[in-house]
Order: sequence, then C-alpha cells, then structure tokens
Amino acid sequence: MSYALPKSWIAPLKLCVFALALVPLARIIYAIVFDPISLGANPAETILHMSGDWVIYFLLITLAITPLRKLTGWNDLIKFRRMMGLYAFFYASVHFLSYIGFDRLFDLSDMAREIVKRPFILVGFAAFVLLVPLAVTSTRGWVLRLGGVRWSALHKTVYPIAILGIVHYWWLVKRDITWPVVFALVLAVLLAYRGFKRGGRKIRAASQS
Amino acid sequence: MPRYSFPTPKASEITPHDVYLNRRHFMAGVMATGAGLTLAGSAHAVSSATQPLTFKPGAAPALSDKPTARELATTYNNYYEFGTSKGEPAHNASTLKIRPWTVEIAGEVAKPRTIGIEDLLAMELEERIYRMRCVEAWSMVIPWVGMSFSKLASLVEPTSKAKYVKFTSAARPEEMPGVRSRILDWPYTEGLRMDEALHPLTFLTLGMYGETLPNQNGAPVRIVTPWKYGFKNAKSIVRIDFVSEQPRTAWMTAGANEYGFYANVNPEVDHPRWSQKHERLLPAFFASRETEKFNGYGAEVASLYAGMDLAANF
Repeated sequence: MSYALPKSWIAPLKLCVFALALVPLARIIYAIVFDPISLGANPAETILHMSGDWVIYFLLITLAITPLRKLTGWNDLIKFRRMMGLYAFFYASVHFLSYIGFDRLFDLSDMAREIVKRPFILVGFAAFVLLVPLAVTSTRGWVLRLGGVRWSALHKTVYPIAILGIVHYWWLVKRDITWPVVFALVLAVLLAYRGFKRGGRKIRAASQS
Repeated sequence: MPRYSFPTPKASEITPHDVYLNRRHFMAGVMATGAGLTLAGSAHAVSSATQPLTFKPGAAPALSDKPTARELATTYNNYYEFGTSKGEPAHNASTLKIRPWTVEIAGEVAKPRTIGIEDLLAMELEERIYRMRCVEAWSMVIPWVGMSFSKLASLVEPTSKAKYVKFTSAARPEEMPGVRSRILDWPYTEGLRMDEALHPLTFLTLGMYGETLPNQNGAPVRIVTPWKYGFKNAKSIVRIDFVSEQPRTAWMTAGANEYGFYANVNPEVDHPRWSQKHERLLPAFFASRETEKFNGYGAEVASLYAGMDLAANF
C-alpha cells in the first residue's frame, strides 16, 4: 500500500510548509515591533517559552514522519523530514539566543557558569549542541560524503536529543508537569514504534534464515 | 526541627524612639510626593470586581522606579490555586467568592477572634509602594493599600509563647480549579518569625492601585513582606495562627532544598534553578537590574538577621 502526490505538487507544497513553519517566528517579531503588550508582563519569558515549545513540536513532528509514512503508505512525507528537523534547530537557535541575550545579556562567561550550575540548562544546552552536527550534515552532499550507513547512524542521535529536550522542559517547570508528561508520552510512543519495528525485523530475519 | 533563638539587641543598639520617629516622618514626606504621582497615574477604568479605597500615603522607603502598569501586575500572577501559568489566574479567579469573608485568628493569643473583611476595610488604611521580587528573577513595583500587620496582631494580643505566625490561604476546589489537582499540598500556607511579622514593613494588604485587590492578586486580604521572595506573600488569607514552632510552609513541603522558610531576597544565595544576582524589572526584556540584598530594604530589616547564616537559613 503506497501512494504518491503528482511530482509537480511537491515543490509548491514544500514552499507552503516552509512558510507555515515561519509563522511562530513572524508572530514573535510582529509582537515585539507592533504589540509588545501582547507578550505580557514578561516578554522575554514569553519569547523563550514560545520558541522552546516550537523546538519540541518540530522535534516530535520530525520523529513522527517515519511512523506516519509507514502507517499511511504516503511516502512523500519523507521529503519534508529534513525541513522539519532544520526548523527544530532553527527554533532551538532562537531559543538559545533569546536566553543568552535577554537572560544573560550576552555575557558568555556568566552563561558558561549558569550552564554548568543548573542541570536543566545544561541538559537543554547539550541538546542544542548535539543538534548542530545534524543541521550541518543535513545536506545531500554530506549524505554522500559520510555514506548512508554512517550518516543515518549519526542522525539517530536525534532520539537522545529529543529525550534531553523534554528532560530540559520537565526540570524547568516548578510543579505542574502536565505538558512535559504529555510530550514525554508522545515521544515514548514514537520511539517505541521504532523499537517495535526493529524487533519485528529481527524476528522475521531470524525466521527466514 | 531546627529551633531559632532570637537575637537580642544590646540596649546600646536600640534606636532611640525620637530618632526612629523622625526617620518615619521623613519617609512619610518622601512617600507623600510619590503617592500623589501614582494616584494621578491610576485614572484607569475601575474594573467591576474592585472597589476604590480611602487611604493615606504610607511610610515606606522611596523607590526610584515607577510602579508597574496595573494591567501587567493584574495579568501576570503566580497563584497556583487558579492555574500554574502566569495568565490563568486573571482568567480563572473570578469564580472566587470574596464575600462573605472572615479571617480566623487563633493560637498563642490572649484574644482569639474571627474578623470580618468589612472590619478590616474599615480600619485606617495607607498606601505603600513596594518592590516585589519573585524567586523566578523578575520584579515589579506595586502600590499596595493596607496596614502594618502589627496593627492586626495588637488586636489579638499574642502571648509570650507566640514565636511564629502561620498564614493559611483559602483552598476551595469548587471555586479554585488548581486546588482540584495536587500541585501543592493545599491549603497554601506561609509563615514568618514573630519579629518579622511585627516589623512595620510587613503589610496586611487589602488593595492595590488605589482599589481593593483583584481576585488574581489575592483578594480580599493577603500579606506582603517586601524583603522576601514573592511566594512568602500568602494570598486570600482565611486563617492566621500564632504558633510556638516554625511552621512548615507549602513550598517547603514541595521542595525543601529549593524553598526555605526565610526566603529573604539575596543575590549571594542562588536558587538551584535561577541565579538571584540579577532580575528583570517587568516589562523589561533584559534581566539587567542587579538584585539588592533584602530587595533593597536592608536598612530596615537586616538587623533582624544579625549573626544568622543566611546561606544556611535561605
């Protein structure tokens, strides 16, 4: 079972998704320039939370693409995975820059001290740093240079990165862990699907040999 | 439970009464000018839930910063009984019934009594502009209306056994959606050492910005101790106990390593998740204000903690 969109639809559809994914950033910029009051009493915190939320959304969307593709048979979905992953990195950069700018006033030594001292910041920072090589090697050229096997091994680090991202969020909240739990459950389902598939493949391979 | 022994000032250290009074007069003069400006600036539409109050300018150390806009101070609240996000209390708190409202005062007092909110509102009220510093490293400047807590304490005559004051907030699941889940060990409780509670800056608060408190800010009556982190300022108080032992507060129960009993604003003592060296004076984007020890009220309150290790007693 598999179906595909007409080839000529893919490029315009990609453009639409690309533009849609910029809406959260556009909202933030619009609010800063024209409507600061809409960001509430603590605009920097609002921006930090909005950008942070979108990192988690894009990470989960990225990780949902393969299961969705396999379950629906809609193979074109894979063509959107890189963009989703890069948007996760993009909003992680916005999040990180907001933090070092608004909270730490671009004082890098102060930032370094904070990162080492606060477990939740350390975990978030580690996730961000680990995303960098994935963003850099996201091009076709890098797939060829590394070879498919090594490339996909490298990009499997997105699993621990997503876990770190949710731990970062979990450790940040003071008491109400509802949303961290929801995101953790979604991630658990997405990762369990992969473990399940892999187990299934192994069993099939064993029974065929 | 660690017991704390009171620092007894030497006779020579006690400020002579006339010097103390002079200082108060000076402060009152400074504040009168400031309060006039606030009143002129607060000519906004009176929201339906709040009533204008009559009060005189009070004595509080002058601040260089202007009060935070009322709209921001009433829409950015930590009031977990109405939800854990900053915006939820303003949306959800209208369900709280603030009439009738009584505060039961009991414990180690000669004259325990239950006092109605109308009786509190009928007492002589004053306005104090205090800086409020949240443990989350943000601050606001808020013109409160109320009276020194010591005025209320004198009505019930605490006995010599009273060493601490425990404040208990309302916990009504049917009116407060947050209380239906166990985010904290409800009801919210807070406490002060007796000398802290009776300090003239400790403010039994009935209003802000010239009107009664909006529900999301702790209507109809709350406590404000400006040299401590905001979570010490229990909202919607229904019960005040004078007790002999240090009470365990809701936040100490939630995380004793993060939230201490004293919770004095102190840039030298970091919270595990937030550096306390700087703060964001809302609505500023940048956390560029250097946090002052005791939130800038050190001249008034530092003597309460003479000889105490403030890192151990955080």
